[in-house]
Amino acid sequence: MSAADAMIVFEHVHHRYGEGPEVLSDTSFALARGEMAFITGASGAGKSTLLNLIALLARPSRGRIRVDGRELAEIRGRRIAAYRRGIGMIFQNPSLLADRTVFDNVALPLLIRGLSGADIGRRVRAALDAVGLLHKEKAYPATLSGGEQQRVGIARAVVAKPPLLLADEPTGNLDPDMAREVMRLFLRFNQVGVSVLVATHALGLIRDLPCRVLRLSGGVLSEQAPDPAPERTFDTV
Amino acid sequence: MTPSKRVTDAGPGWAERLAQDHARAIRTTLGTVARRPFGTLLTAFVIGITLALPAGLHTLLANLGGGIGGLPQTLRASLFLKDTVSPERGLALAREIARRPDVSGTAYISREQALAEFRRYSGLAEALDLLKDNPLPASIVVDADARAPRARIEALFKQLAALPEVEEARYDEQWLTRLQAIVSLIQRLVLLTAAALAVTVLVVIGNTVRLDIENRREEIRVLKLIGAGAGYIRRPFLYSGLWYGLAGAFLACLLVEGSWLALRAPAQRLAALYEGGLALHGLSFEVAMAVFGTGAALGWLGAFWSVTRDLQRIEPG
Repeated sequence: MSAADAMIVFEHVHHRYGEGPEVLSDTSFALARGEMAFITGASGAGKSTLLNLIALLARPSRGRIRVDGRELAEIRGRRIAAYRRGIGMIFQNPSLLADRTVFDNVALPLLIRGLSGADIGRRVRAALDAVGLLHKEKAYPATLSGGEQQRVGIARAVVAKPPLLLADEPTGNLDPDMAREVMRLFLRFNQVGVSVLVATHALGLIRDLPCRVLRLSGGVLSEQAPDPAPERTFDTV
Repeated sequence: MTPSKRVTDAGPGWAERLAQDHARAIRTTLGTVARRPFGTLLTAFVIGITLALPAGLHTLLANLGGGIGGLPQTLRASLFLKDTVSPERGLALAREIARRPDVSGTAYISREQALAEFRRYSGLAEALDLLKDNPLPASIVVDADARAPRARIEALFKQLAALPEVEEARYDEQWLTRLQAIVSLIQRLVLLTAAALAVTVLVVIGNTVRLDIENRREEIRVLKLIGAGAGYIRRPFLYSGLWYGLAGAFLACLLVEGSWLALRAPAQRLAALYEGGLALHGLSFEVAMAVFGTGAALGWLGAFWSVTRDLQRIEPG
């Protein structure tokens, strides 16, 4: 894969918290533009750390990381915010603001970009429609189920059309049906060219998907062979 | 990144974006202030009292300095002329003195005018009738600009006293000097008090904004996570500080004006005991504007101080 084709490149990345053991050890991998991949591993294997390094929520102890052709080591200070605007982030806990409606929560990334009210309305409704929650735009997060809250979080992550989506255990709090629905959404975004990197330990959910699976164990990343199954997704995508 | 640029490019220009962001921050913060009237009023009241003290003292000083006895606009000297000086020469000398720097005005009082005034005010009219000649000399009253340096005024009066036409010069500026020194001391005290109270306002607003930041910690964390810049996150807190400062200034003006209304009658009775022509006044327009300007500036600064320090502590992840 050439540098221009890569959305994410890790080169010999090490990471440890303080004086603790290495969470990531000599990790190298690349995610192509428009590719969707999974990172699996047990709890504490370093999946979240890897995503945090990409989102600049943490810095590697050693090694180089490039995202969209940019050296992350060179992104500092005010440029961090601009960099993060190019990434959609989804977490196990969707971190919705309780005192704002679904619409207002999803509108946040557009508000910080200074879009006009009309543009914001159009894009937010399109994002909510994509996750099947258009009818809940005036609801408050506390009135939504866990799955609905997670979908609002996904709508917020994709509303500004970032080129890269990072998801950290996005199905951790969801029942199997809802978890499949969330994965189906990621596949749909990937189909329109968004690079997607999902950290999950729900192996059963991703078994049938023709995506690369990177396994983290003891801080070491290894690649699992792709599933030969030809189907793109959970048969309804 | 390319798609994020696509989104930005599709939006309005930077000036329009900035205006939108400010308008949004104003709407949001005014809404927040309106939703918490008690808390806002409490903060504004503390700021109001703090701003009212120096504003009230300043108004009191303005009344003392510019009101009672016409202090300290002019310093007056009386030059008693020799009997040999003719009225024409006396008048000419008065005009010459009036042209000197630091002299704001002169008045020639002839011997006849002096006698008439003495007769009118002394109550000794019958005694004066017994005298064959008018014993009072002609004089020139010289008003010097009290804002000029004291040493220069003293030098001026000494020069005037040494004029060949002058028999004797009198100027009793000691009590004025003392009063001016007291006023000057009080002015300095007002400045020091105002500085100390300004720090108090900064701390009050800074602390209120710090509590706002704590209450919105999760929102700040999310905003940082999705790429909001420092300016975007900081803006609503700065506006909150500004509103607190302006609300405090409004209450301060009300307090000073209210106090003036309550004190006006006895103050005017006291003023009437001094020479007439006093014009006591409440908060002037200039001072009111200064209170609003100070409130706004301190509100903004207090919020800026707090938000700059506290926002760095809140990081996502």
